[in-house]
Amino acid sequence: MQKLIRIEPAKCVGCKTCELSCSFKNVGEFAPSRTRIYNEIFLDEAKFITVTCMQCDEPWCEKSCPKNAISKNMATGVVTVEEVKCVGCRTCVSACPFGMIKYVDSTGKADKCNLCGGDTPECVAFCPTQCLTLDEEDKPLRQKMLRFVNTIKDGQMEV
Amino acid sequence: MNKGWKGQLLRVDLTAGTCKIEALNEEWAKAYVGGRGLASKYLCEEISPDVDPMSPKNKLIMATGPLTGTYGAANGRYMVVTKSPLTGTIASSNSGGYFPSELKYAGFDMIIFEGKSKHPVYLQIRDGKAELVGAVHLWGKSTNETEDAILSEFHGDAKIACIGSAGEIGVHYACIVNDKHRAAGRSGVGMVMGSKNLKAVAVRGTGGVQVANPKAYRDAALEAYGMLKENPVTGQGLGALGTPVLVNVMNQSGGLPTRNAQTGTFEGAEEISGETLASTYLKRNKSCMGCIISCGRVTKIVDNKYAGDGEGPEYETLWAIGAACGISDLAAITKANYICNEAGMDTITFGATIGCAMELFEKGLVSEKEIGMSLNFGDSDAMVKLAEMTAKGEGFGKKIGLGSYRLAESYGAPELSMSVKKLEFPAYDARAVQGMGLEYATSNRGACHVRGYLISPEILGLPEKLDPQETEGKAGWLKIFQDFTAVVDSSGVCLFTTFGIGVPQFTKFCNAATGTDMSEEDLLVAGDRIYNRERMFNLKAGIDPSQDKLPKRMLEEPLPDGPHQGQVSKLPKMLPDYYKVRGWGKDGIPTEAKLQSLGLS
Repeated sequence: MQKLIRIEPAKCVGCKTCELSCSFKNVGEFAPSRTRIYNEIFLDEAKFITVTCMQCDEPWCEKSCPKNAISKNMATGVVTVEEVKCVGCRTCVSACPFGMIKYVDSTGKADKCNLCGGDTPECVAFCPTQCLTLDEEDKPLRQKMLRFVNTIKDGQMEV
Repeated sequence: MNKGWKGQLLRVDLTAGTCKIEALNEEWAKAYVGGRGLASKYLCEEISPDVDPMSPKNKLIMATGPLTGTYGAANGRYMVVTKSPLTGTIASSNSGGYFPSELKYAGFDMIIFEGKSKHPVYLQIRDGKAELVGAVHLWGKSTNETEDAILSEFHGDAKIACIGSAGEIGVHYACIVNDKHRAAGRSGVGMVMGSKNLKAVAVRGTGGVQVANPKAYRDAALEAYGMLKENPVTGQGLGALGTPVLVNVMNQSGGLPTRNAQTGTFEGAEEISGETLASTYLKRNKSCMGCIISCGRVTKIVDNKYAGDGEGPEYETLWAIGAACGISDLAAITKANYICNEAGMDTITFGATIGCAMELFEKGLVSEKEIGMSLNFGDSDAMVKLAEMTAKGEGFGKKIGLGSYRLAESYGAPELSMSVKKLEFPAYDARAVQGMGLEYATSNRGACHVRGYLISPEILGLPEKLDPQETEGKAGWLKIFQDFTAVVDSSGVCLFTTFGIGVPQFTKFCNAATGTDMSEEDLLVAGDRIYNRERMFNLKAGIDPSQDKLPKRMLEEPLPDGPHQGQVSKLPKMLPDYYKVRGWGKDGIPTEAKLQSLGLS
């Protein structure tokens, strides 16, 4: 089973601590513009949505890379860019339908979430609400399903 | 000097229409931490304390701290420092949201605005570059409309601070609103911004903030997070119920000033409590940048004549527009709160001024004809109407826009203004909580709760429980709270974190961020320095120590009910202690020796 970052949007409070901790660990400064996880704030709707690379099983970025610099490790689940092979052609950036791999000017390489290379991802370690968890099991999905099941259960009890 | 601090400031000459980048004064930054302290130092160096706050000679400084834009606790704050048109004292108003951090990411620790533009303008900042652009098309727009307009015409990811109609028309307690719902609220900083024809500041920054010792910084953050999560106030209370959790607490403590502080308990408290808000109009809680507390209240009212949506009301607002006016209609309070936010008005002074006007009306000092309606305590419709009139500068709203002191004085009854140095006191009765009374009397911006929040020990029991009626020792407690708060405000961190973390944690943060090697004692000395710097500004501005006082009602009219029935403020007993603990003369003026020890002489 792959351990992945699981996201439960209802728990997000829009603090951007994930962006801060990600950039601090991976680029050495607090810079939301250089994060690999994105916490978008919708002030009018009071909605906060967090997204990051979902480590696809058949990654568009991997398939599109002309230098075979991107690969998925099926044991760890992580899709990684090998920097020495990457030529900065940005093909992967165009290919990813989710906008989760980007080109970084300062390094001239493609950059994406690598789950912090085996440590607990920094965003998960610092998320104050457990909106982000690292788990083999998709617990947020089960929670969502259970909420739906509970409405059916409540309905039946009234009958 | 690029660890913690960015090391540069932006100087904007509104008269000439120019923007200039300057190096931040490193020596001052170390001595005054940043934010409130550093901006106060710049203000004192650059303007004469006797300047007319509304003249082009007054300056307006927006300042972040060395921890702004990082993680650790709630590290997304900035302060607006200027000379206040409401009080004549130094003003420093704090706000969070996302704007302050973005300013750092754009490369600046602070912006100094000077002069006055001929026409309405706003400032656009993009990664180290800044320019003033026309804002005639934004003038008159609400804070929400202004932000939306700038997002679409400048940059969709920009963060924006702006004034609403209140700042434009000279409401004396106009605030500066950022990220739609966060406000540098008190002392009329928005009126100064309006007087300079400056409508907004829009920032887009893609840079970052580095710290001197990343490992030590991360360790400090993990420690602080743990402590904040375990603390019942920061870990649960403020997230679940927000600041309104205090309505029931203060009412039960007999210290919720009601009907212009005629009593200390409010029969309608339950209806305006945090618990009631949570079960009615609250949609969810939210955080500011880098904050793990999430006290923000996102609310919405539907199916009601007061329909609307936005953020708040906060505790102080529920008290000011609610209990202080005898109003228990939560929808009306929430609506007036939205009106204040969109016009950019401080809800505390607005509500307290309405409460004062209600007492003036009930005492027959102002007529129904003059107001244009009757104005009894509890009249929520009249209150909402006056909020709209104040925001537009119409009729009696113009007088409400002057604040309670000027209003009451104009009817020959200044003693009915519940204020110190013309700033209305907030939601804690000085007769029920003695230390808070001392704070109101001595705070450098007038009767304010966020300079030395002794409610924490006197009511909440943090870090230890003090008897609210005891006077012994309160001066010492207050000095430490005031000095520490000055440091917290200067660092760029939210004051609410201090329920859970203290001087040791802030010392670690500041040292790891900036590379300094301060002891805990050094940090508090910096706070003392900031406090005395502000005090000296006020003295030179003509606010002499005789102004360290409370309204007559607090000293002479005993609380008529509640657990502290019969009590008055014992300020005269505490004030000499306070001057002594501060190292000031008996006359309340810092001694030469004291100033020298702080490097201020």
